[in-house]
Amino acid sequence: MPPTGPAAPVSPTVSAPRKVAAAARDYRGVVHDLSKDVMTGWMNQLQDATRNGAPSAYMMISGNCVEILRCFDILPVFPEINALQLAIRKKALPYILKAEEIGYASDNCAYVKADMGYTLSGGVGENGTIPRPTFIVCNFVGCNVYIKWFEQCAAMMDVPIVMIDIPFVRENQPSPEDVRYVMSQLEELIGTCERLTGKKFDIDRLREILGYSARAEEGWALAKSLCRNRPAPFDCYFDSINMMGPINALRGTKDAADFFDAAVAHYQKMVEEGVGALDEEKFRIVVEGPPPYPYYRNFRNLFERWKAVAVQSTYSTVGGTWEFGFRHDPDRPLESIAEQMLLHNLCNRTMIERYRQIKTYVESWHADALVIHSVKSCRLFSAGQGDMREYFTKELGIPTLMVESDLEDPRYYAEAQMKNRIDAFFESLEYKRVREAAAV
Amino acid sequence: MTVVDETVQQCRDLLDLLPAQALAKARERHPGIGGFAVFPVYAPVEIIHAAGLMPLGLFGVGSKLEITHADSRFQSFICSIAKSTLELFLRGEMTPFAGAVFSSICDVARNLASVAKRNAPDMYIEYLHLPQNAASEATRTYTRAEFRRFRDNLSARVGRPITDDAIRSSLDVFNRVRRLVRALYEHRRSHPGTLSTGELFAVLQACTRMMPEDAAVLLEDLLNSARTRKPLARDSVRVVVEGSFCEQPPIELIEAIESAGCQIVDDDLLVGWRLFKADVPTAGDPVANLADAYVAGSMYTSVRYDSGQPRTEGLVQRVRAAGADAVVFAAAKFCEPALLDYVLFRKILDERNIPHLKLEFEEKMWTFDRLRTEVETFTESMLFD
Repeated sequence: MPPTGPAAPVSPTVSAPRKVAAAARDYRGVVHDLSKDVMTGWMNQLQDATRNGAPSAYMMISGNCVEILRCFDILPVFPEINALQLAIRKKALPYILKAEEIGYASDNCAYVKADMGYTLSGGVGENGTIPRPTFIVCNFVGCNVYIKWFEQCAAMMDVPIVMIDIPFVRENQPSPEDVRYVMSQLEELIGTCERLTGKKFDIDRLREILGYSARAEEGWALAKSLCRNRPAPFDCYFDSINMMGPINALRGTKDAADFFDAAVAHYQKMVEEGVGALDEEKFRIVVEGPPPYPYYRNFRNLFERWKAVAVQSTYSTVGGTWEFGFRHDPDRPLESIAEQMLLHNLCNRTMIERYRQIKTYVESWHADALVIHSVKSCRLFSAGQGDMREYFTKELGIPTLMVESDLEDPRYYAEAQMKNRIDAFFESLEYKRVREAAAV
Repeated sequence: MTVVDETVQQCRDLLDLLPAQALAKARERHPGIGGFAVFPVYAPVEIIHAAGLMPLGLFGVGSKLEITHADSRFQSFICSIAKSTLELFLRGEMTPFAGAVFSSICDVARNLASVAKRNAPDMYIEYLHLPQNAASEATRTYTRAEFRRFRDNLSARVGRPITDDAIRSSLDVFNRVRRLVRALYEHRRSHPGTLSTGELFAVLQACTRMMPEDAAVLLEDLLNSARTRKPLARDSVRVVVEGSFCEQPPIELIEAIESAGCQIVDDDLLVGWRLFKADVPTAGDPVANLADAYVAGSMYTSVRYDSGQPRTEGLVQRVRAAGADAVVFAAAKFCEPALLDYVLFRKILDERNIPHLKLEFEEKMWTFDRLRTEVETFTESMLFD
């Protein structure tokens, strides 16, 4: 099944006159700062909750039901974001090693290890930056490691856990039984929230929250669609992180909806002015797989020096595939939450569906090549990416590069080797262009 | 050679065959029987059997086949069983089978089902989402629907109905097999030195490559023979082996553990094929009975979350019930569920003062000396401390 729903409205692909690099660099400042503002607000809430005991709950990013927590004023806490932040600030390794001391294997997901190491080191709780949660909501959406991770958090912190088991998409559509199963579990979650907070469930509040979600989702889709333009106004892999925080962690808030309105307006203006993510856009790529957060800037530089811009990425759709049209629906609150968890996110869909998603990206976002960043930690993403390369190169004839490192553990990033492979790939793309131009 | 020796040797010979060869072997006794491959850990094999097919356990290929294609599809940090299973599909070795079933045990198995399907587009490949939430009131209804979906899809594929009566008959056969397996486990536990785990493991694995009717006869003979066997007494440490629920260790590894001074008194080897603690009722709706048994009557495994039956307590109970002195973790290299579970298992064993040792294995291991030395050191530390 191709990604569902109509694509969001999009401006026609145009080749606009190039503007100077300074203007291109400036855009990062604006949206990055907007994102930082709203995310800092949330992180301050987390910090406050470590001391004031405000109700909070752990939750996973992928296909989450954060709107239900929000309905009860339960502060969502995302251990994945904690792990990500430790990595990007180059602080992950000591926590990874700490976790390995208590038995985690070198082959286990380093997101789990960094977060557990941080917890064991006092990062969670009264003296830390993250509150000990009132309870844990394990939204099992695709990634089996989620289950182990949250089970271990619950055991180590002695807090209750609620499992939300989301059947994997194994037919074209989730069956009515799948939807009913998820709806029942959401209703049970609501009951748990009522018991733990003493608040009565208010469906009108949920509708209002979902209205904000839908607005943010619309903004996400519009922003990504703008990357169909030449030049793309932002790098849809490296800069998507600015939008992933608000869409996944803050979805359902007015702040997140407003953020997307502002971000879209900014990107739209860039498109109108012909300003791109780089001073020159030479190659358009689609990127598959999470980035190497411990070397985020280094990795980005390896592409920028070739004037390569990501016009789409799969990693940015872990939380939701909003660009293919799905929106939370205030008129069908629980149904639409269930449908999103089941179908409209990357993690709960098969590899074959991911191939289709990437193929759509390459075709509709006018990409020259596919880059697969294979990370050891996340086998949901990586297991079988060699087959993906086989499919895109041999069956579709799309130039594809596959490189390996990790999203969290800095020990797996080998800069020289990475640079060699990336350079060789773009050299060959460049040569191919020269050859094709000569043949015309 | 004793009867046990002969039986074990026959089983080892059967395990030396590739899956398609094992199916051909089954056809000598059951002409024309179709085969259906079952990737670990669990699948409702009764439904496959009731469709007139032989369910065959797909446990990798060990050293029987060189991996020449699958290595380029699955990276170096992916477990052996995923690669060797894909190799079978890529080489057309699964063509004689009517289909294969995978389930929601881990991220690798899920992607493997997709990659196998893409590379064998004409083959029927089913994927089951087995429930991870045992606490919800909706779980039984969901699981029944999932098993019915499997029955209906399989029925459409084979072009004949899979009737309730046929499933009841299959339940009878598999109940008998599981009863015998439980009796063999009890015998091994209570009569040390009369049946080694190396022997039992070879026979049980071979039983996943034959019709269950034949497996039942074989197991009954084995049980009767083991009961008359003279015990071979030796000093040893009674251990539970944990962590081998999916990819199976080489038999030589189990033998190395035993020869290093361990008497294995319980384990999670091949657990998906002996999952139910009691017979599954045949009266009433047999698919519902099977689904209910999965939800409420299963042994714990590392691929299933069950808030009412924590695996940590399950392991401690397993140790206590078997009268074991220690636990040996034997986890497949890169097996995320086993390696993650080790953290909580280790914690509870430390808290309860139960000694433990961790080993990792791969399909293509061929030397076991280092592991044997590790186990020897471990057992000696227990025997002579």
